[in-house]
Formats: sequence, C-alpha cells, structure tokens
Amino acid sequence: MNTAVEIACRGVGMVFPTSAGPLHALQDVSLSIRRGEFVSLIGPSGCGKSTLLRLITDVLHPTTGTITVRDGPPAQARLGREFGFVFQQPGLLLWRSALANVSLPLEVGGWGRRHTPPHRPEELLELVGLAGFERAYPRQLSGGMQQRVAIARALVTGPPILLMDEPFGALDEITRDHLNQELLRIWRATGTTILFVTHSIPEAVFLSGRVLVFSSRPGRIVEEIEVDLPYPRQQGIKDTPEFVRSTAAVRRALAGA
Amino acid sequence: MRAVASAPQPEAAQVSVRGASPRVQLLRRFLLPPIAFIVIVLIWQLIIVAFSVPHYIIPSPAAVAQALVTQRRMLWINAVPTIFESLGGFLLGNVVAIIAAVAFVHNRTMERTFYPLAVAIRTVPIVAISPILVLLLGNGYSPKVAIAALITFFPTLVNMVEGLRAADPQALELMHVLSASKGETFRYVRWPSSLPYLFAALRVASTSSVLGAIVAEWIGSNKGLGYLIVLTTYDFRTALLYSAMALASALALAFFLLISIFEWVVVRWQR
Repeated sequence: MNTAVEIACRGVGMVFPTSAGPLHALQDVSLSIRRGEFVSLIGPSGCGKSTLLRLITDVLHPTTGTITVRDGPPAQARLGREFGFVFQQPGLLLWRSALANVSLPLEVGGWGRRHTPPHRPEELLELVGLAGFERAYPRQLSGGMQQRVAIARALVTGPPILLMDEPFGALDEITRDHLNQELLRIWRATGTTILFVTHSIPEAVFLSGRVLVFSSRPGRIVEEIEVDLPYPRQQGIKDTPEFVRSTAAVRRALAGA
Repeated sequence: MRAVASAPQPEAAQVSVRGASPRVQLLRRFLLPPIAFIVIVLIWQLIIVAFSVPHYIIPSPAAVAQALVTQRRMLWINAVPTIFESLGGFLLGNVVAIIAAVAFVHNRTMERTFYPLAVAIRTVPIVAISPILVLLLGNGYSPKVAIAALITFFPTLVNMVEGLRAADPQALELMHVLSASKGETFRYVRWPSSLPYLFAALRVASTSSVLGAIVAEWIGSNKGLGYLIVLTTYDFRTALLYSAMALASALALAFFLLISIFEWVVVRWQR
C-alpha cells in the first residue's frame, strides 16, 4: 500500500458559538489517513463526525489545530477540486435527469472543459448499476437509486478523496448491504481514499481497513481498530470469527466512549 | 389572498377517488363543472321569469348571450386596452418583484431596508392608491399598468424570497465543495428550486393583474372593460354590463390557463 499521507489532522478542535453558550463539537482530534485507505468514523449521534468532514472539505474552519490535505490547506484542495462528497441525503437537483446530475461537477467552474474527465457520466451510472436510467428524474427513482446517482456524481471528476457522511443511513438493510458491496468494488477500481462516517458497526467493519471510534461530545478519537480482513470482501465474511471479533472490539470501544 | 404558497405536493394529485373507475373520474372532472354551470344559468332564468324581475335590475341569461354577440365590436374594442394593461402590469410587477427578491436573498442590508417598505405598500388598499396614481400618471395606459403591476408585485416578491431560500441545504453545500461561484450556485441551484414557488405566485398574479387594470379603469378612463362596466351601470344597460363582466372573467381565466400551461412546460420535473 502507498504510504503517502492524504489527510492529516493535528489537535483539531471545533467550538460553535450558540445562544446557549459555546458548543464543543470536537476536541483535540489527530489522525492521518494514507493514500488509498478506506477509513470509517463511528461514534454516538452528535459527536462531531460530520463536522470533521466539513472541516476537511473547507466548509467550516477549525477553532484550534491544523488540517492538511495532500500537503496543503483544505481550501487549496477544495479549489483544486480534490474532494468528492456524498451526503446523508442524496441532495440531487430535482430538475436535472440522473445523467445531468452526474455531470454537474463537470459543468461547475468549467472543469470538464479544462480537464479530461476520467470517466464519462454514462459509464459512472453503469458502474453504480443505473444503466438505462440516464433520462430519469430524481423523483422517479427510489431512495437507494438516488443515493447511487449521488455517488456517481461524487466520482465523475475522479477526485482523489471521497468523503461520505452516513450515505446509506436512510436506506433499508438489503439496499445498504448491496451498496456497501458496490462501494468496495468502486473503491478498488478507482483507488480513491475514502473517509466514511457511519452509525452502523457492521457497516464500518465490513468496509474499512481502519475504524476510528469517537466519544460523545466533544468528539475525540478514543480508539483505533484495524480490521484484519483481506479484500475483496463478500457478505459471507460477516459470519467469520475475525469479523465478529472486530465488531465486538468496536462495540466495546463505543461502550467505553 | 394567501401570498405564501407551500411547495407543491406531487403525490396529492395522483390520489384517486376510492371505488371510481378512471372513466367515471374523467367524467366527474370534465363534465360536472359545465353541468353545474348550466344548472345555475337555468335557475337564474327561472327566478327572473317566476318573480318578473325587471331587465334593468337583472338581465336574463339569454339577453346577456345576445349582448355578447350583437355588441361584440364594442366589447372587443374595450377588451383590447384591458388586455394590454394587465399584461403590461403583470410583466412589470413580476420582473421588479423577482429582481427585488434576488437582491434581498443576496444582500441582508437591502432586505432589512426595503422589505418593510414593500409590506407598507401592501397594506395600503389598492382602491386608495389608484386615484393617486391617476393624478400622478394621467389618463393614459401608465396608471393602469402601474396599478396592475402593484397588485401583482407583493405576492411574487414574498413567494420568490421564500423560493430562493428553499434550496436544498445539501445541494448548496455541494456547490461549496465544488468551489462554485455565487452566480453558478444561483443558476444551478437557487433559481430552479424557486420556480415552483414563482409559478404559484404567477398564477395568483395572472388573475389579479386583470383585477388591477379594471379597478384602474374605473377611476379615470374612457376605454377598457372597467370603463364599460361603470358606463353600463349608470346607463342601466345591464345585459351589456353582465357580458363585460363575463368577458373580464374569461380574460382572467385565459391568463391563468396560459400561466398554468407555461408552468407545465417549464417545471416538468415536478410531475
């Protein structure tokens, strides 16, 4: 595995001023993520995991500490269009077809005219299993299909870093398992670095090489669990002792958090 | 009049009447309104005959229909200015409202300064403003256009501000992560997501602009449907009065349908 550090946080803290006084969302978070890694963040609701993704993508600015993305500040990475972001809700533009939604990042800032896109939008829709739905509007698609369009959209510029904020949280378990499998396939095919926020222990263990366990607010990393299962992974590994051991370790860490 | 329309609910339109076959539903939808209309006209005729109401108080439906045909030249000559005034007012009022809404959403200071003013203008009754505008702008088209514009302005402003703010926060965050410019965020996200709100306002404006033009014609004019309504009232030419009213209502309905068709074409993703 490549050992170049893609994302580094040192002593990151985040305080939101609110009418009820300062809200400490994150406290002293340090982590480093290597190129091509699949890392999950897991922790109780409101522990600042989503905030951390927004700090890394320069949507928010940390109160304390520093963040570097590919050896530069987050703003530089954002302007360089190095992030793909998949939100909790698909956030599709309802007036655009599935295909037009996927090609949106190519249009913004004229990116598609200045660069050669690594994939054609049609190919990406096929990659997420939506061939034939190019002309469908979001309202005509199920929640799972919409989320897959959102994933294709995040991948269309071939960003080196993919941030996913509970992307499958609103889906039923069958769809979720299926999309987990597809996500691993896409990850292995593209070599993207993925930072994945989730509430689900099995999901975190199934997907990641590493799981970072957060405490409740203010969010801190209380434990780091390496998942020692080889890729490619199939649903069957969920019944192996190694998988059960890893989920148990995450659960224990969460209980102590 | 309710200015703020809630976002359209796509599912609601498809809920079918329980137990009715599609054919019966179609009949209900397209046959019942004309039947109701015919019944009301019949009752109207019946009352006039039964109570021998004089024709200068209420004309018979037949007399109104006759006036619509025989006086069609007179009606048409007076409909044309009303059409232009309401169209002109509709365009002016809505364009200014849309520009103001865009300015308000992008600039808090602008909003704080001018929004209360817009509300204040709204609270003054249109019949009170009309004579003032006639005094200011004279007897021509301009005061009518101004009043029609004024009556359409406020609902569109309120709805448009609401619509521009209703953009999906995740879509807005996405635009930030994509380093989109303010203009791009507006063009790709805010403007399209405001369209259902805008059209809700335009539908209201389409009928109220005709109302505005007619009210303006009452106050100072020598042509237009409003003028014809006042004139025929004083002259007790009630059949012509009723046909002018019917024409004004048909005009408003035509505008409404036009906007609805336009909406159907533009906001096709809502269906």
